[in-house]
Amino acid sequence: MNFASNVRTTGQVELPKWRARVLYVLLMLVLFLLLIRAVYLQVIHTGFLQQEGVARYGRVVDISAHRGKITDRNGEALALSTPVKSVWAIPADVEITAKQIGQVAQLAGLSAVEVKGKLTDTSRDFVYIKRQLPPEQANKILELGVPGVALRHEYRRYYPSGEVTSHILGFTDVDDNGQEGLEYAWQAQLGGKNGSQRVIMDRRGHIVEDEGSVKVPKPGKDMVLSLDNKIQFAAYREIKNAVEQHHAKNGSIVVLDAKSGEVLAMANWPSYNPNNREKPGLSVMRNLAVTDVFEPGSTMKPFTVASALEAGKIRQNTVIDTHGGVFKVGGRTIHDTHPEKSLSISGVIQKSSNVGAAKIALLMPPKTFWQSLSDSGFGEATGIKFPGESTGKLRDYQSWRPIEQATMSYGNGISVNLLQLARAYTVFANNGELKPITMLKQEVPTLGATVYSAATVQAVRDMMELVVKPGGTAPLAQIVGYRVAGKTGTSHKLENGRYVDKYVASFVGLAPASNPRLIVAVMLNEPSGKEYYGGQVAAPAFSNVMGAALRQLNVPNDAPLNNVLQPPKEIIREDA
Amino acid sequence: MNVAKANLLMLLLAIACALGVVSSQHKARKLFVELQKEQEIARQMEVEWGQLQLEQSTWAIPTRVEKIASRQLQMQQPKSEKIQFVRLDKTGN
Repeated sequence: MNFASNVRTTGQVELPKWRARVLYVLLMLVLFLLLIRAVYLQVIHTGFLQQEGVARYGRVVDISAHRGKITDRNGEALALSTPVKSVWAIPADVEITAKQIGQVAQLAGLSAVEVKGKLTDTSRDFVYIKRQLPPEQANKILELGVPGVALRHEYRRYYPSGEVTSHILGFTDVDDNGQEGLEYAWQAQLGGKNGSQRVIMDRRGHIVEDEGSVKVPKPGKDMVLSLDNKIQFAAYREIKNAVEQHHAKNGSIVVLDAKSGEVLAMANWPSYNPNNREKPGLSVMRNLAVTDVFEPGSTMKPFTVASALEAGKIRQNTVIDTHGGVFKVGGRTIHDTHPEKSLSISGVIQKSSNVGAAKIALLMPPKTFWQSLSDSGFGEATGIKFPGESTGKLRDYQSWRPIEQATMSYGNGISVNLLQLARAYTVFANNGELKPITMLKQEVPTLGATVYSAATVQAVRDMMELVVKPGGTAPLAQIVGYRVAGKTGTSHKLENGRYVDKYVASFVGLAPASNPRLIVAVMLNEPSGKEYYGGQVAAPAFSNVMGAALRQLNVPNDAPLNNVLQPPKEIIREDA
Repeated sequence: MNVAKANLLMLLLAIACALGVVSSQHKARKLFVELQKEQEIARQMEVEWGQLQLEQSTWAIPTRVEKIASRQLQMQQPKSEKIQFVRLDKTGN
C-alpha cells in the first residue's frame, strides 16, 4: 500500500474530521444529560426537594399563650396563671443510677419508690414524673442530666384569696381549662390559644430568621370583675361567723351596688380552697347564692304592699283588719305570732303580719300581683349567666287558687335564689327601676325597666325603715350613722311537699335609706341554735357587712351617730 | 470594545450587589438573634411580674392584714361613733 500519497505537501498533519465530530457529539450528549437532570431537579422534582431543604433548617415552634387574669374592680388579682414546668420522661430511654433516683425524688417531692416505679414502667411511652413544679426546681432536675428526662412548659392558676372567692371564680383543671364558676363560664374569653411560628434555625438550635407566623397566639383576655375584694372579705368573714354561731347548715351573703346592679360581693360558707388539687364534694363547691333556691318568706312582703299600692288597691293610710291574727282562706288558716286587731300598712311590714299581707294580696286580681312579681325578676334568670344557676319558680297566675295567692304574699309557694332576691330589691333603691345585674365592672350607668312609681317606692322604703326600729322585727340590723331599710324573712323548709320544723332565715336591706347605695342580702339555711328568726340570726350579719361596706366606700352618713336605738329584750318575732 | 467594557462594569456591579445581599442578610440574622434574646428577657420579666403580683396579693390578703393589725400592732377598727366625715363643698374646696 502506498501511504505516501495521502501525505500533504504542506507538512501539516490533518486529523480525520470524524474525531472532532465524535467529541462534539459526546460533549453535546453530556450537556443534554445535564440539562435533563437540571430540568428534572428544578421543575419536576422541585416540590419534594424544597420540602426536604426546609425540613433541614426550618422549624415550626409553638408560642404559648397564657390564660387571662381575673382581678377585682380595683385591680387586685383574684386569679393568676404563672408558668410552671412539668417533668416527663420516656421510660425506655432512661438510664438512671440509684443515687440520681434519690435526687429526682427529693426535688420532685416524691418517694424514691414512686419515681423508680414511674421510670421503670416501660409499657408506657410517656410518663409524667411530676407536673407543675416551680421553674427553678424543675431546672435542677434537668441539670442532673438523666437521659430521657425532659421538661414541658405549662401554666398553673393561683387564687391568692383562696376560699374567700372560690365559689365565684371556680377553678381550672391541670390543663388550665375552667371547670367551675366564672372560670368555666368565661372559658372562651379567658383561655389563651397557643400559636405557632415558622422559623429558620442554625445547627445549634438558635432561631436565626423569622419566616412569619403560621398561627398567631391569642393570649386570654383579662377580666375585671365588679367584686370589691375588701367587701368580699367582710361578707365572707360574717357569713362564716353567722353560720358557725347559729349552727346553720350553710349560708350566703350577696352585696349589690344599688345604683349600677354590680355584684360587689357574694360569699358562701362552707367554702374550700381552690388552690388545692383535691376538691371537696359538690355540695361544698356550689355557689349557693345562685345555685340553690329557697322560699323567701316575709322578704316578699314589700313587693306585695308595693304592687297593691301601685294598683291603687290600698293607700298609705289604709288600715287592715287583721282579725286578731287569724284569717281563714279556702279552708286553711293563716296565723300571726303577734296577733293584732288591726294594723296600718306600715305595721304589716314592721311586724311582718302574714294575715295583713294575705289580705292585701287578695285585694288584687291574680294577674296584677303576678305581673308585678314577674317584673321584679321573680321566676326568671338573673342574667349573670353563672353556671348552674337555678332560677326559682313563680307559678302562672292562671293556676293560682286564692289560698296560694294569699300565701305567696308572704313568700310561701314561690322560690328564689339569694341573688335574685337581692336583685329584686333594686326596685326599692332606684325609684322603681329593676337594674340588670352583672359580675363585670361597669363604666357607664345601666338602665333597667321601671316596675313601680317613685312615690310607691318611697312609701315602701319608709315602711321598711320601721322594720329595724324598736318594735320591728330586726332592730339588730341597725347601723351607726346610717339609716337602714330592710325586711326579715323566716320560712319553714319544704321536705317531700310538707313544711317541716327547719328554717331558712334571711334579711335583705338597703342603706343609706335616704339614697340607697348598697343592697345586702343574707340567708342562713337551717340555723339550729336557740335562735332561728331572720331578725335574730341574719340581721346582725347584715349590719356588720353593710356597715363595713359603707365605710369602705366612704359613703357619707345620713343619720346622726346616736341613731342606734337599744332594742327591747324581746325582739318582735315574725311568723315562719 | 465599548460593549465589552460595559459588560465588565455590569458584572462587577452585579457581584457587588450580590455581596451586599449576603452581608445584609447576615446582619438581619444577627439582629434577629438579638431581638430573640430581648424577647426572651421580656418573657422572663413577664413571668417574674406574674409571680410578684401573686406574691403581692398573697401578702395583702385581708385575713393576714387584719391578723397582723390586731395582734402585732394592737390596732382596732374605730367605732362608728368616732368616725367623722369631712364633706367637701360643691366648689371643690
